[in-house]
Amino acid sequence: MAKLEISRRKFLTGASLGASGIMLSGCDAFDSQLSIGSGLRSFLENANGLTYRAQRLLAGRDALAPEFTEADIRQPQRPNGVTAPDDDVYKGLLANNFADWRLEVSGLVEKPLSLSREQLMNMPSRTQITRHDCVEGWSCIAKWTGTPLSLVLDQAVVKPQARYVMFHCLDTIDRSLSGDIKYYGTIDLIDARHPQTILAYGVNGKPLPVENGAPLRVRVERQLGYKMPKYLYKIELVDGFANVGGGRGGYWEDNGYDWYGGI
Amino acid sequence: MESVARSQPTAGADTAAPKDETLIYRQSRWTRLTHWIWAISLFFMLLSGLQIFNARPQLYIGKQSGFDYNNTVFAIGAENTDAGARGYTEIFGHRFDTTGVLGWSGPAGQETARGFPSWATIPSYYDLGTARVIHFFFAWILTTTLIVWLVASAVNGHLRRDLAPRLDDLKRLPQDIIDHAKLKFHHTREYNTLQKMAYGGVLFVLLPLMIITGLAMSPSMNSVLPFLNDLLGGRQTARTIHFTVMVLLVAFFVVHILMILAAGPINELRSIITGWYRTDPPAQDDNSTERSE
Repeated sequence: MAKLEISRRKFLTGASLGASGIMLSGCDAFDSQLSIGSGLRSFLENANGLTYRAQRLLAGRDALAPEFTEADIRQPQRPNGVTAPDDDVYKGLLANNFADWRLEVSGLVEKPLSLSREQLMNMPSRTQITRHDCVEGWSCIAKWTGTPLSLVLDQAVVKPQARYVMFHCLDTIDRSLSGDIKYYGTIDLIDARHPQTILAYGVNGKPLPVENGAPLRVRVERQLGYKMPKYLYKIELVDGFANVGGGRGGYWEDNGYDWYGGI
Repeated sequence: MESVARSQPTAGADTAAPKDETLIYRQSRWTRLTHWIWAISLFFMLLSGLQIFNARPQLYIGKQSGFDYNNTVFAIGAENTDAGARGYTEIFGHRFDTTGVLGWSGPAGQETARGFPSWATIPSYYDLGTARVIHFFFAWILTTTLIVWLVASAVNGHLRRDLAPRLDDLKRLPQDIIDHAKLKFHHTREYNTLQKMAYGGVLFVLLPLMIITGLAMSPSMNSVLPFLNDLLGGRQTARTIHFTVMVLLVAFFVVHILMILAAGPINELRSIITGWYRTDPPAQDDNSTERSE
């Protein structure tokens, strides 16, 4: 018994010394195991798949994000990310007040579309006062007006093998050795057809300004801001995204954010 | 009766000497296992949480963050002064210089503007995406373990026997406070009143509140439970509560460790690793013997 006591004591001393060693060496102890593609990182990322399935199960297809009142609009919508695209194509379109801009709908659809801003604005619209939650932690309430994405998808007639909607944007967010990287992102068809998912051309009763994504941005109200691309020009229906960009479904996803941004 | 039966030593009949009657089986395997899973989970959740906070080192009250108006209650930042860059922390408008720890920190000559310092975050460098991966992984572990513990503790009697508040606890409270202040500890089978309050507070108030405010920040959960943020006072208030509960949990951790060191770390650690705990000999503490029968 006495012998056991000592060995236990030694074990505990050793264990606590080991633990404090991790503490003292600082929290860079875990850095090397956490890069994208590493085994540990991929294992931990499974939790996001679990969150996705659990929240889809709980929220279903049509549960609505909370909507607010005019009194809750207390400030302009805070812009983030790219706020003034430096791309020549974009600047050319902007100079002409987007008269030459078209929204292309392509990929796995029966009838590819090319819609002008006027055509989009002539479709039935939806206006909603919602809270924009940035992944960084801040929130901002604004009134958004736009065309429900489901109406555009219905017009293009989505093929049954399509699984995601991919948004292509005009703004260069990053530069790499292989060239400029344009913002892009994907959502599943459940969120694409959600009643509050709109292609917004107006905010707080005015046309969408450049810093918020003119001429068109997406609103996906049950997810975080990085899932709502700005400066849209093409919507592509795809059955996967492994071959696009970094293969993780979006610009920020390629840089380590989870594909599902509902939390 | 139960505690008498439980105070039989485990080792074979050859070691069943009278002196071992003070060695009791105090913590069930469910309590021990969940305790250590929580310890690991909370460690990673704290350090990844501080990294997430660094992405927006401000806390607000209300539904949204005030950019054109002021509803900030807490902020960590850096500013240029005549004496060079300084880090500051602002609580309800009162500003404190926290250079070296909060706002402006790093190795000498390589300081950077960041909320919490490198040694307090995972990863050590700025990486919001990775911190979120870690945070939500352990959020699932912590929540699952809390439910497992609750069910197991209801079934094995831990809740009723050790944690349920009794009238007697209230009577003992003044003496308990005096004993703790004098660092005079009684080693009994039961938790004392302050222990019950601390453990009960963490398990039934702080951790559930942490989970609820965490869920309230999820835009998707807001569509499932739209009333949650109304109840809490808005998403940004929920975030502020989430942070405040973190501070309280860290405070609990510090006191928890100090109490273990003061009450006898070997005995305390043995009970949460093996379950076996050395109680005070009956002759020295009549009260505790009375209570354990």
